[in-house]
Amino acid sequence: MPRMTMIEAIRDAHAIAMEDDPDVVVMGEDVGYFGGVFRCTAGLQKRFGPSRCFDTPISELGIVGTAVGMAAYGLKPVVEIQFADYMYPGYDQIVSEAARLRYRSAGEFTCPLVIRMPTGGGIFGGQTHSQSPEALFTHVAGLKTVVPSNPSDAKGLLLAAIADPDPVIFLEPKRLYNGPFDGHFDRPSVAWNRIEAGEVAEGRYEIPLGKARVVREGADATLLAYGTMVHVALAAVEESGADVEVIDLRTLLPLDLETVTASVAKTGRCIVLHEATLTSGFGAEVAALVQAECFYALEAPILRVAGWDTPYPHAQEWDYFPGPARVARAIQTVMEG
Amino acid sequence: MAATRRKKPNASKEELLAYYRDMLLIRRFEEKAGQLYGMGLIGGFCHLYIGQEAVVVGAEAAAKEGDQRITTYRDHGHMLACGMDPNGVMAELTGREGGYSRGKGGSMHMFSKEKEFYGGHGIVGANVPLGAGLAFANKYRENDNVTFTYFGDGAANQGQVYETFNMASLWKLPVIFIIENNQYAMGTSLKRASSSPALYTRGAAFGIEGEAVDGMDVLAVKEACLKAADLCRKGEGPYILEMNTYRYRGHSMSDPAKYRTREEVQKMRETRDPIEHVRELLTLGGDATDDELKAIDKEVRGIVNASADFAQESPEPALEELWTDVYA
Repeated sequence: MPRMTMIEAIRDAHAIAMEDDPDVVVMGEDVGYFGGVFRCTAGLQKRFGPSRCFDTPISELGIVGTAVGMAAYGLKPVVEIQFADYMYPGYDQIVSEAARLRYRSAGEFTCPLVIRMPTGGGIFGGQTHSQSPEALFTHVAGLKTVVPSNPSDAKGLLLAAIADPDPVIFLEPKRLYNGPFDGHFDRPSVAWNRIEAGEVAEGRYEIPLGKARVVREGADATLLAYGTMVHVALAAVEESGADVEVIDLRTLLPLDLETVTASVAKTGRCIVLHEATLTSGFGAEVAALVQAECFYALEAPILRVAGWDTPYPHAQEWDYFPGPARVARAIQTVMEG
Repeated sequence: MAATRRKKPNASKEELLAYYRDMLLIRRFEEKAGQLYGMGLIGGFCHLYIGQEAVVVGAEAAAKEGDQRITTYRDHGHMLACGMDPNGVMAELTGREGGYSRGKGGSMHMFSKEKEFYGGHGIVGANVPLGAGLAFANKYRENDNVTFTYFGDGAANQGQVYETFNMASLWKLPVIFIIENNQYAMGTSLKRASSSPALYTRGAAFGIEGEAVDGMDVLAVKEACLKAADLCRKGEGPYILEMNTYRYRGHSMSDPAKYRTREEVQKMRETRDPIEHVRELLTLGGDATDDELKAIDKEVRGIVNASADFAQESPEPALEELWTDVYA
């Protein structure tokens, strides 16, 4: 099986979707001629022509709004917002138009649109190139929100997102683009195409939205993570020595609550992880759901390990980032509880 | 007192009768909506189009099968003019099952795929990039359809309008931006909100041509729209048309319109009313008889009354409707 970086896997998914469906068009800042700031769309314009893959002005509100109109007419735009942090000017269109078109037209018009954005930190991007805004999307009925953690999932989830009849926010952890990252920032990084975890099946396959994956089975506690934090979770479990189950949520909305609750019912302990700031983060939603569904199975309070409630720092990135040491401490706490 | 414009119309009697009927339908429909609102049968927001009828009726006269239209929240007139069913519009206003969006949308949010009506948008200016997107899709599909994208003088100050102008011009999209300048953005007059009140020039920086049109004259509107649509169909779009018009009623039902004088409104009604204008063109030339016009009045009242009945008889949406159409 070929090995790919997450960038190559995403590029592959684009090419397959464009090959299969002439209504799929790729648009965004620098996605055409330049091939995307992280190269996720490199070669697509050359292969499919400038009417299928094209550059837009730096106008996020206009880009998303135009794409909503295109989608309403039956095209399937795949939009790249260069960084999730640049999404805010386009948020009005995402919330007021993309998410709500189906409901307010009682199903007459739909918005089959994918908005991809690199998310998260770990690259010293400071506060405008490191944020994790997923909770701003999971709070909006009408949107689906996906966060892949490896190349194979990124490809299968992106193909499913493009095929989906509703708007999907596709958040790509930028620290995972080239290789896995477990939070040990002082260790050398390994490229996806050098390891087995970088294997990606050829051709079209879809990973259904709303399906989590048990990455590591365990009996003592459940770690719920997505994106970069999946790798951090695995490292922390390894280092803690506890027998902890790690679940990659993959899709935040719709959430695979069944897989989550089956695990917590088994282990009786639960920790939710995310890079985004703690307060009103997606972890709060997950914790509320888990306690409602698994209350009598819980042996300890549900814990959250997340970014601190500060703007994303620059110099102190690794103090902010919820790395394996913090996760391991939480495992210890929950086991004592 | 009669309208002031006096020139031999460049339109047949049949055409003028059709405009008269379509404009009158909008006016009577809106008057009825206002009544139902006053009776408590319509809740929430309700923005009446009274006074502006010539804009949308003239523009629709220039549209062909397949063209799309998209507008803001003052949208009842647009729906009636493109042939949507008055029953469905009124029933959406009353929030009933028989409404175009089955009560989910309300006054500002209705749609019709059949009539290529893309809403009905409640956020000022947010429909404008969508209009460009529809036009993009026309170009992508290589058809010769044009997107009529309406917005007001208030929306003309929204940033996304200029992002859209740039992209529409850059990609030569077949879109007509129709600025319905009714002089007031809610209660703020044009000159209190706009540094350059000549809105038709707002595309100049992007290389988009524009012109000002007497939006109270349905024939002038039609002529301008035909020209703009023709340019767009030839790949020479986009184009901006600033329709100088006037809304007689308040911004919404809760607006007493104290930001302008009673005399200003009265003068507009007496001298520039779009429906009176066509009525005069029809009668002064002796082309149409009183009976013909009365028959139209009667037909229109019948349609409007029927829509009001339908909007009250149609059942309220079932509770389950709350949960449908969130996702596929």
